[in-house]
Amino acid sequence: MEITVRGLWTMVHGMGFGALYLMACSGALVELYRRYSSPLGPEIKIEDERFMRFYLTAMAVLAWLTVLTGAYIIYPWYRAVPPPGTANLVLFPQRLLMSNPSTSAWHSIGMEWKEHVAWLVPISITMAAAVFSQYRRSLRIHPELRAAVLGFVWISLLAAGIAGFFGAMLNKTAPVAGGPTITIVQGGQE
Amino acid sequence: MSAQIAGSAPQAKLNPNGAGAAAVLAAGIGSLAVAVFAIVADKAAPVKSLMNFYKPTGPLSGVTTCAIVVWLAAWALLHWFWSRRSVTVGRFTVAAFILLFLSLLLTFPPIADLF
Repeated sequence: MEITVRGLWTMVHGMGFGALYLMACSGALVELYRRYSSPLGPEIKIEDERFMRFYLTAMAVLAWLTVLTGAYIIYPWYRAVPPPGTANLVLFPQRLLMSNPSTSAWHSIGMEWKEHVAWLVPISITMAAAVFSQYRRSLRIHPELRAAVLGFVWISLLAAGIAGFFGAMLNKTAPVAGGPTITIVQGGQE
Repeated sequence: MSAQIAGSAPQAKLNPNGAGAAAVLAAGIGSLAVAVFAIVADKAAPVKSLMNFYKPTGPLSGVTTCAIVVWLAAWALLHWFWSRRSVTVGRFTVAAFILLFLSLLLTFPPIADLF
């Protein structure tokens, strides 16, 4: 069982940071709605506030790690230009997609949207974490701020979902491959 | 509801909403900046080349770096103006959502290509 270094980084970016962010979104939305939506809601303990602050900050860190690894580690491999005359484009995913009309839209729509829309996620969740850290339980008496935090977390979920969907489909159609190979498990002969 | 909020007024007074409004509006501005820089870099060759901050990543590196700078600068500036005040936060929240929604639309290639 082997994986290439590029494959491993793609996995860390998408299944590690990105997927973890998507899963964390539901927890943040439920917790923000349940505890902070009503001025008459149940009492909020300091530990609950501290946990939520940590949770949203961790989400912001995950979002930044996702876009930074995507843009500065994986994207250069994706958009690499093959030397003239290269026939096998397996190591050049963007060119491979664009070489066939049935796959070119995965780049021209999928990657072009993903590479920009993904950046709305860290901006949105950093704002949500900062506003929560500043106001904590008093968000209950600032309904517009609470609505903004909830709304931006929802939009970050949508943007992360778009980026995640196209990332998965792009990696299925033209995976980022190559680089040194890491052997995970040495299989026996049947 | 209004009575409950009014009952909590001293706490709200201690924690004016200006800092929160600054963060929310700046996030909207930063989001729109991503879309605007992406469109401009795509349409104008000299800008595209200027945005090539890190060659392996290409213009995306400049587009996103500039958008982050705009976002943080807007946040710092608005925070400086509003952090000790209470503002009409509802209006700025609506503006931030409009900017965020626009950025979602404008980053969608078929719409971005209309410009």
